Amino acid sequence: METKLSKEKMLEMYRVMIRIRAFENEAIELAKANITRAAVHTYNGEEAIAVGVCAHLSDKDYITSTHRGHGHCIAKGADMRRMFAELMGRETGYCKGKGGSMHIADLATGNLGANGIVGGGIPMAMGAALGLQIAHQNNLSVSFFGDGASNEGSFHEALNMASIWNLPVVFICENNKFGISTSTEKSMNIEQISDRAKGYGIKGLTIDGNDLLEVYKTFAEVKAHVLSGKGPVLLEMDTYRMSGHYFGDNENYRDRADVDKWKEKDPILRFESVLTEEFGVAAEELKMIEKEENTAVLAASEQAKQDPEPAIEDMMDDLYDPTFEEIAWQVFVKG
Amino acid sequence: MRKLSMRQAVNEALHTAFNSDENIFTIGEDIAVYGGQLRCSYDLLDHFGAERVRDTPISEIAIVGAGIGAAMIGRRPIVELSYMDFIGVCFDQILNQAAKMRYMYGGRVSIPLVIRTQCGAGLGNGAQHSQSLENILSHVPGIRVVMPSNAYDAKGLLLRAIRDNNPVVFVEHKALYKKKTEVPEEPYEVGYESEVKCQGKDITIISYSAMVNVALDAAEQLQEEGIEAEVIDIKSIEPLDMKPILKSVEKTGHAIVVHEAVKKSGFGGEIAAQIQEYAFDSLKKPVLRVTAPDIPVPFARNLELAYVPDKNHVIEAVKKTLN
Repeated sequence: METKLSKEKMLEMYRVMIRIRAFENEAIELAKANITRAAVHTYNGEEAIAVGVCAHLSDKDYITSTHRGHGHCIAKGADMRRMFAELMGRETGYCKGKGGSMHIADLATGNLGANGIVGGGIPMAMGAALGLQIAHQNNLSVSFFGDGASNEGSFHEALNMASIWNLPVVFICENNKFGISTSTEKSMNIEQISDRAKGYGIKGLTIDGNDLLEVYKTFAEVKAHVLSGKGPVLLEMDTYRMSGHYFGDNENYRDRADVDKWKEKDPILRFESVLTEEFGVAAEELKMIEKEENTAVLAASEQAKQDPEPAIEDMMDDLYDPTFEEIAWQVFVKG
Repeated sequence: MRKLSMRQAVNEALHTAFNSDENIFTIGEDIAVYGGQLRCSYDLLDHFGAERVRDTPISEIAIVGAGIGAAMIGRRPIVELSYMDFIGVCFDQILNQAAKMRYMYGGRVSIPLVIRTQCGAGLGNGAQHSQSLENILSHVPGIRVVMPSNAYDAKGLLLRAIRDNNPVVFVEHKALYKKKTEVPEEPYEVGYESEVKCQGKDITIISYSAMVNVALDAAEQLQEEGIEAEVIDIKSIEPLDMKPILKSVEKTGHAIVVHEAVKKSGFGGEIAAQIQEYAFDSLKKPVLRVTAPDIPVPFARNLELAYVPDKNHVIEAVKKTLN
């Protein structure tokens, strides 16, 4: 179990959190300039979850993501230029400009895709786990989704099916307290979303999703649990959406005082304190990482801006796969 | 040659598929022990085991979603929806997920998923278990919709659909399950192309699924009255092969479309529109549609009989067109 962390590993995770934050801040700038065209849902304040979880995943482990999916993508190893290009609707984007911010998939890194439908990816993550189980592959599937998605039917059906078949899947509920404007107090009548695990006979737990080390250590245990055939897990991450639902949200549904309170629990600031105070990392070293990542993000954004738009002639492509699988049909004689 | 019912033919295709590729598996409500509401998956559990033949809870969203997820990572799932009417329960997974994934992700994923289901009225199943909803699916780019009209085609089209690297909704009409046709024992495939079932020079009758048989019965009777109808089975709603239809209309100058789904916004409208768009100069009369009326499927025997188009409706439309 990967619970012992080297300094290098911790700094690498710090770097990915910084990268996500820098990416999102640049995405906001692009949205302000109307270069991204449509809504950009940023992951600010939730970085520790994607980073702490994906640090345990290989390219053969699958994730499904959400409309707020840039962080998952980056944590799974996506290329930022291709991500920016997709946000800008460029030919070089992950989806050749046909998807946009809410629809980035990257099968090479095991990312089965972000999803514009709340709860839409949860059954598919369960299905990927079924596919792994049937092929006897010792990997797992992880579904990221929000508190709002836990009120969708897809969530309940997927957890139940995963449970009865003991599928290697972890359901990660990023409870950031709001579905657009509607708070969890208004949208559900339970203390913790992880309580819903009981209804399906699976393990459920809630942890501090803004504490990178807690996320990292807990997920190591959860992964071991799932891969040892003990069944799926519902892991609720207590976190907060530091930004609005998307850039331009007037946020009339919440108190600034609450937002400020949560900003003190910013997962990046907290991890910086841990690194400097408990592990003796120099503040300059962290500043250097931040500078490097900011530079890389801006370079990726600039490159993407120079990239061409998709050709109109290619608009009709990619709807269907023109191929048929080569299968030699073998007649089956019933005994 | 031996004859098989469509149910036996589908069962044989499933056995062939399971015997040929270990990536193929099936999940659905009551399919394993019980053999499915469609009664086509019998014996599969005995021969291929509980890992690849799984009963599910009554959870259509999870059934279709599981198929999509497994397909994305390289398996070849066949998922079963007990009735086509149940697409209403899981439509997001079909409409916004399975159909959109490939295009939305820039052609970088494939979804080799078959959704088998049964459609159709005539057996007294009432308004929520008798519909033909192919046009709801055909309106969504990205999903194939295949509807065999007989046992031979069912076996060949199903094997074709299983090799397809796209999501395919495979719709079996429940009134056809017991109908027997000649079916070879060896595996074979049937393509998605339209097929001319009988030739005629006077009028083109375009149909699919169970209504092909009604159209053929009508053509036989019309023959006795000296009217030669050319019947075309399109077999596949998406992709739609219009070539034999246009070629036929150029010859006959008259066409009607026959389907069991309701008329308004039905697939007959699409075919009629394409005929006038691409063969207007050949048309001597408007293209009529013979369909169910625009109401839910009624239950009472006499009402249901009146609801489903029959031979006489087809003959009446043919004569109206030719006179």
